[in-house]
Amino acid sequence: MATEIIKLLKDKQAIILERWMENQLTPARVREDLISSDDLRADSVALITALVSNLKEKSLNDTDSADFNPITELLGSISFSRAKQGFSPRETGLFIVGLKEVLIAVIQEEVKDPRQLVDLSLKIHRLMDNLLIITFETYIKGREEVILAQTDEIAEISIPVIRVWDGILALPIIGTLDSARTQVIMEALLTEIVESSSDIAILDISGVPTVDSMVAQHLLKTVSATRLLGATCIISGIRPEIAQTIVHLGIDLSSIVTKSTMASALQHAFQLLRLEVYKRTPANASHVKPE
Amino acid sequence: MIKTAILLATEHMSILREEDVVPFRYRVKECAAGIKMGLVNQTYLITAASELARNMLKYADGGIVLIETIERDGETGIRLMFKDQGPGIEDVGLALKDGFSTGGSLGVGLPGAKRLVNEFEIASEPGKGTSVTIIRWANG
Repeated sequence: MATEIIKLLKDKQAIILERWMENQLTPARVREDLISSDDLRADSVALITALVSNLKEKSLNDTDSADFNPITELLGSISFSRAKQGFSPRETGLFIVGLKEVLIAVIQEEVKDPRQLVDLSLKIHRLMDNLLIITFETYIKGREEVILAQTDEIAEISIPVIRVWDGILALPIIGTLDSARTQVIMEALLTEIVESSSDIAILDISGVPTVDSMVAQHLLKTVSATRLLGATCIISGIRPEIAQTIVHLGIDLSSIVTKSTMASALQHAFQLLRLEVYKRTPANASHVKPE
Repeated sequence: MIKTAILLATEHMSILREEDVVPFRYRVKECAAGIKMGLVNQTYLITAASELARNMLKYADGGIVLIETIERDGETGIRLMFKDQGPGIEDVGLALKDGFSTGGSLGVGLPGAKRLVNEFEIASEPGKGTSVTIIRWANG
């Protein structure tokens, strides 16, 4: 009986494909903005060919069978690319659901014996449901890759080393400091210190939501490395609640110059470099050459 | 032994990767803000939570945390229970001493977390895992 259905599917392959395409191209389901109907057709032909040519009597009863590997692979790559193209999970799932509907309809027309019909449609259901699960699994994997790529991008854009003055670098740290990010930040900072022959580096942690012992340890490491290059490191942007937390936690930052704001850190840096910044008043304006 | 309290809300989160720590901290912050905990107390709680979550990742390959909103004697607070199936702690007393670390860190995580919360309880058995319970009251 199972052989019959495989033979039936083979004979009706062309009709199934046409009906399936029709089903997919209904105005409610079609997404011409995301995929052209030619590409959609190519995907459909590939999947239906893989399905018909790999389906064996044994594998129809056992959805874990190795016969399914080519189908699984193909379906996986289709759903994966759908995820990246921006299809919704529902739209991706409907691709398989549409095929299931058509297959059931074809069987209904061909098989007359009710018992046999029920038996066959159950098998088709089980098979297609399994494919549907595969679709979702790979769809989610595809989305996760998108998220991972974005995470990398965020990590990269959030570490600018700014030359605020001749000899003074500022580095606003945003987000959590983990080992990998500390490495990136340290490299960027140390390279810039050497290149610009700066004497002072200001690490601003206003954008770090939580300073726990791991973040503190990474900060201490960065400060030590800066010192080895002969530069002074100032940590700024310590909020009041963070200051209290650091004390309770028992982290000793007394060996580091810390300031509450970037402005006071900059002022401290000016002092170290013996620079003076003052407001022009009528009394001292005469000392300044008119432009 | 931590006294019993009325449970107002409960949820759990698993900490299995480094990336789970930030969403977990965020969730604790939301719960703490939900019971109108002050900013300083919130920061204490979140930092303690962060230390304990990282310990769990570092020494036990992760575990599970129960986040609970509780009430006792008219006070509301957040109770966090960290449970792992890791190697356990040989000498809990030593692990709670400042500056002691088997993992090359500052050694302030566990004792620091204890100082940052109102109530702290740790139970550990070598080979069986560790569980840490902390409570921070909204106005404690």
